[in-house]
Amino acid sequence: MSKLAQEKLNFLTQKAREIRKSIIMMLAEAGSGHPGGSLSAVELLTALYFYEMKIDPQNPRWEERDRFVLSKGHGAPVLYAVLAEKGFFPKEELMKLRKLGSILQGHPDMKRTPGVEISTGSLGQGLSAANGMAAAGKLDKKGYRVFVLLGDGELEEGQIWEAVMWAAHYKLDNLTVFVDYNGLQIDGPINEVMSPEPIPDKFKAFNWNVIEIDGHNFNQIIDAIEKAKKEKGRPTAIVAKTIKGKGVSFMENQVGWHGKAPTKEEMERAIAELEA
Amino acid sequence: MAEKIATRDAYGDTLAELGRLNKDIVVLDADLSKSTKTEVFAKEFPERFFNTGIAEQNMAGIAAGLAAAGKIPFISTFAIFATGRAFEQIRNTIAYPRLNVKIAATHAGITVGPDGASHQSVEDIALMRAIPGMTIINPADATETRFAVKAALDIDGPVYIRLGRHKVPVIFQEGDYVFKPGKGVVLREGKDATIISTGIMTAIALEAADILKNRGIYVNVVNIHTIKPIDEELIIQLAEETGAVITAEEHSIIGGLGSAVAEVLAESRPTLMKRIGLKDVFGQSGEPDELLKFYSLTPDSIASAVKDLIDKK
Repeated sequence: MSKLAQEKLNFLTQKAREIRKSIIMMLAEAGSGHPGGSLSAVELLTALYFYEMKIDPQNPRWEERDRFVLSKGHGAPVLYAVLAEKGFFPKEELMKLRKLGSILQGHPDMKRTPGVEISTGSLGQGLSAANGMAAAGKLDKKGYRVFVLLGDGELEEGQIWEAVMWAAHYKLDNLTVFVDYNGLQIDGPINEVMSPEPIPDKFKAFNWNVIEIDGHNFNQIIDAIEKAKKEKGRPTAIVAKTIKGKGVSFMENQVGWHGKAPTKEEMERAIAELEA
Repeated sequence: MAEKIATRDAYGDTLAELGRLNKDIVVLDADLSKSTKTEVFAKEFPERFFNTGIAEQNMAGIAAGLAAAGKIPFISTFAIFATGRAFEQIRNTIAYPRLNVKIAATHAGITVGPDGASHQSVEDIALMRAIPGMTIINPADATETRFAVKAALDIDGPVYIRLGRHKVPVIFQEGDYVFKPGKGVVLREGKDATIISTGIMTAIALEAADILKNRGIYVNVVNIHTIKPIDEELIIQLAEETGAVITAEEHSIIGGLGSAVAEVLAESRPTLMKRIGLKDVFGQSGEPDELLKFYSLTPDSIASAVKDLIDKK
């Protein structure tokens, strides 16, 4: 297993902390939105945007860029926080989340937000679009990679499995999927609402390379990405065990924080914890 | 007797022809390439053809991703599955980000024939019309289909092209026909009433005009290939000139051409109207010509609707 240099690890950890703070602040300001599934994916997106992906914030449509698709579109706050932190747009924009005329819509809109690769929000559709991007990359013999974040509840959508089948059939080894396996969806625990488990076995059965990791451990995330890049002839699914609401004690593993914004007081408590 | 060609055949040939000229064109089909005629393209450009298997929703999403990466995807399947099964994928992943995807759906309307109601799309125009920014082209014959497919390529954004399985008469001649997206085509001129038709109903509307002429009634026949954006100016002008408008479409009278024309006239020039089409019913199995007759999509039924409307003026 690759081991990140302590300096790099500290850098990523610090970025993750900033991103969590942005998520909390923008949601409190917006008054609505989805903290739980944004906080669970912070390390995954931080690793992609601050370690792995070839991207240019000054040229968001650079043809050779790696692509990231947030299929679980309600996780928009984590994507927006990362894009702002990366310099795709000024951080002040985060405070206009969900406001009329904002570049930051409630769910990702590729026409309004620099760095958003495809509009999502209706669950189950992002992986299909990522398939198209990966297929185009193969067709054009470009070296870019396509990364996707799926929710675990999102796996209940039938279209996901159409897309999973297709990616394996077309041998899309330039495609890497993360499953944000936080175990909760709006109505409750995934295995009570409609169990998509066992998740790794399902991807394996569709002829995917499957890696299981702790989705909050940077060493494990980056090691899995490296393995996915080496895998030839099939796509990789990284099933990342995460904690919904991670980083804010009163939000962790609480289903009620799937789609509810913190009050000003709750925001202050959360920020204090994150800065501690 | 005019030569008869199914619009799906013209589509398949045109697609392959355009594929030779434009390397960005990619084609997707959901296990119906022999029926939709995308197999012509697939045989010539196998690397630019993607079969999704029987998975229309995934097909729509893949096309969006290909378009986001600079390709010009044409996706084909039967009209009911393209616009029905994959409606929300088209709405959210293709049309909302205004991606350059062409949805060329075949087997529209009741002339699918023996497969029956499950396969006969009579709501597809209504569904696609409701989506912001969607262009809808419903060609009347093989010639217009060739122009429509080429025109769709010049439009930067989503386009729905409605095609049929049944062989229909060739109305337009390649050399002297000018296709302008969004512009209706006046095929007959007359002072008594205006028939506005689309798709395969245009040939039938022309026959109706001949029947009426023999009875001393002279009508305009306007072919509307582009249902959205519709040629409002022409529709208002002809309504003013004749005071009676009859629409004819192989589609439900709800949400299709008839509705589109009624919306234009109600806001600008209220006019007596009669909508010919499927009267809020599903189709059924039968041969295409039998079905057209059963559902009153015939020259005679259009002609009598015209007469009835003129009597009400």
